[in-house]
Amino acid sequence: MASIFQGVGAATSLSSSTSIETKKFHFCSRRSPSERKACFVVVRSGGVMVDGGLNRIGGRAEQLVTNAVAAKADTPAAATASKPGHELLLFEALREGLEEEMERDARVCVMGEDVGHYGGSYKVTRGLAQKYGDLRVLDTPIAENSFTGMGIGAAMMGLRPIIEGMNMGFLLLAFNQISNNCGMLHYTSGGQFKIPVVIRGPGGVGRQLGAEHSQRLESYFQSIPGIQMVACSTPYNAKGLMKAAIRSDNPVILFEHVLLYNLKERIPDEEYVLNLEEAEMVRPGEHVTILTYSRMRYHVMQAAKTLVNKGYDPEVIDIRSLKPFDLYTIGNSIKKTHRVLIVEECMRTGGIGASLTAAITENFHDYLDAPIVCLSSQDVPTPYAGTLEEWTVVQPPQIVAAVEQLCR
Amino acid sequence: MGFARVIHPHTLPLLADTRANPIATPSLFLGSTRTLRHTLTHTRSISSAQRRSVVAAKVSDVKLKPTTNLLVTKEEGLEVYEDMILGRVFEDMCAQMYYRGKMFGFVHLYNGQEAVSSGFIKLLKKEDSVVSTYRDHVHALSKGVPARAVMSELFGKTTGCCRGQGGSMHMFSAEHNVLGGFAFIGEGIPVATGAAFTSKYKREVLKEADCDHVTLAFFGDGTANNGQFFECLNMAALWKLPIIFVVENNLWAIGMSHLRATSDPEIWKKGPAFGMPGVHVDGMDVLKVREVAKEAIGRARRGEGPTLVECETYRFRGHSLADPDELRDPDEKARYAARDPITQFKKYLIENKLASEAELKAIEKKIDEVVEDSVEFADESPAPSRSQLLENVFADPRGFGIGPDGRYRCEDPKFTEGTAQV
Repeated sequence: MASIFQGVGAATSLSSSTSIETKKFHFCSRRSPSERKACFVVVRSGGVMVDGGLNRIGGRAEQLVTNAVAAKADTPAAATASKPGHELLLFEALREGLEEEMERDARVCVMGEDVGHYGGSYKVTRGLAQKYGDLRVLDTPIAENSFTGMGIGAAMMGLRPIIEGMNMGFLLLAFNQISNNCGMLHYTSGGQFKIPVVIRGPGGVGRQLGAEHSQRLESYFQSIPGIQMVACSTPYNAKGLMKAAIRSDNPVILFEHVLLYNLKERIPDEEYVLNLEEAEMVRPGEHVTILTYSRMRYHVMQAAKTLVNKGYDPEVIDIRSLKPFDLYTIGNSIKKTHRVLIVEECMRTGGIGASLTAAITENFHDYLDAPIVCLSSQDVPTPYAGTLEEWTVVQPPQIVAAVEQLCR
Repeated sequence: MGFARVIHPHTLPLLADTRANPIATPSLFLGSTRTLRHTLTHTRSISSAQRRSVVAAKVSDVKLKPTTNLLVTKEEGLEVYEDMILGRVFEDMCAQMYYRGKMFGFVHLYNGQEAVSSGFIKLLKKEDSVVSTYRDHVHALSKGVPARAVMSELFGKTTGCCRGQGGSMHMFSAEHNVLGGFAFIGEGIPVATGAAFTSKYKREVLKEADCDHVTLAFFGDGTANNGQFFECLNMAALWKLPIIFVVENNLWAIGMSHLRATSDPEIWKKGPAFGMPGVHVDGMDVLKVREVAKEAIGRARRGEGPTLVECETYRFRGHSLADPDELRDPDEKARYAARDPITQFKKYLIENKLASEAELKAIEKKIDEVVEDSVEFADESPAPSRSQLLENVFADPRGFGIGPDGRYRCEDPKFTEGTAQV
């Protein structure tokens, strides 16, 4: 249903962006021993590698030898000849990640409304029920609280369910199970039971979907102890985060965005898994750190074009991990630029931006030359009218103005 | 499609038979002046021995029990008796310990309901699962969790079954498949449904052909008005999950009488509405409960789907140790006290020559020692140290994230000691 995001002309810009295709560095995390043993690439950061030594964790980047990837980096000539990887849309990337994990581990199963025969309301699970059967890709009745709880019970007994909320907003009905059982049972059982569920679904403000279908639940869920939250924004990180979330033994909430499902990008053929806890460097810069996630990344990048024309050099980081925050990537950026702008789609009050502001103030106060600016959506139920809806969320001109103000 | 039937050939007659048991008159059962109307329809002929004790809508073609004299062997009888005594003595000790300041918070005791726990859980295998509510001590004990582990948990010690992190309302045991312990009513039922789902998944997707594990979900009359209950009845019947929904109807949800809260107080009827059998049983009689349980568990194991069992029972104490229990009619309490399941069963064992007074006394003495020992053990166990605070929040502690210094927080020794700033 979502159209290609028009602001950035994403279909073309992503696939031709050199920053994502050719300059990717893949190296092995020394923090993921289990992943190192497997014969695939663990990508420490899905974005551009910064020259000038933005060291990754611990400063030691070990390059894992895998065929095409190393070749890509070493032989730029080959890269232009026949482009490696394959092109697909974001929802297809999610499906690819999901299917690979289901193939790999028979305990991985999907449950949700219309995920089976219908293929998912955003087609993320299309074809899977036909391939894996009705029990493994389970069409549930409309009972979010109960089927989320069912997924949690199944996870306690050894399965690895992916629970889909047809729209993230519907998961408000599952709040009891998500807060009490998903987040808490590992702790209250003294570590006896783990809950390796992935709760995923589309959220965010769409195109005139009305207030209830335009919710940003990340702000409501962020306080729940015991869960992790990630937000995907590109086909590349969507697949990588989906796989990482499924493999994680923690309960992970994966936030997708209704308007980003038709983004097109070329992603690697070989298998890769991203780190759930890491942020992604989208565009390195010197003047200001812009922290964002999900759809707002594209508003920020559009504003970045304008800013570059005006002579600014913004550093854009897609925080990806909404809980916990990657304070290392964020901190290194702040130590360099000394100015922070947060651009988010959550509402002003109690959003991810509010928590991020607090975390940055606590940890990096000394490095700031100016107060943190946080641009969020208005504290308003998203109106239906197109004009009003546009004014609810942050638009690129506002971002430009904020940066200009910040860098004065 | 659904049917409701209770078999109890030789024990005390059920509700409808008011000749032998005046206590079972409808108005008294419901604890108020509301009368209960039964429609007795026999759609097939049954032997006269069973006729007097059937309350049914429709009777299925399930084979009726052959006429055996006794419902339990001596071994089984003693096992069940010991379990019921353990439940009673343990809960009494909890009350003592609570008033002595050894345990805190909300403690909900099970006195009076032992027949339900022992009647059902003693029929389970270790791999079967039990899901309970906050009134979960005795379910855990019946399932096999050692009294020491439960008492320590109640004292908040690190040797408790949940390392002291759960408390009275969150008893878990991975070893014995006790899946909780839930504080909010109703929220355990979907978890139980998930466990049953896993059993079916293991058999049909993972091809573990002999997986016939069943799940018991225990909850109360108040929960039977909750959405999660109905949602799970639907899903369990829809997918024929191996689960038994056991309603411990003790007529009271704290101070709310079941009748004041429920449009149709006969909870067993809600089963057939969703396509599963609904059964009502006298929950003060452990043998009756056991018969119904055998039937329901057998159904589930054979893949025939879920059953809803409503056990009429009663809690002798208040809702919790903080409840002054002023609303319930003393006559009602007296009536149910006269039907104490332990006294009834003891009488049955002795009258049917399954056990002697001496043997039963020996069991009681043994249990006294077990419970005393559990208190001693709990007393002597250490309280959790500071370093335990952040353990078990995540199964994978990388979930705490990456700190400003670039290392995962969980790798910082100060963090695991609980002294680092989070």
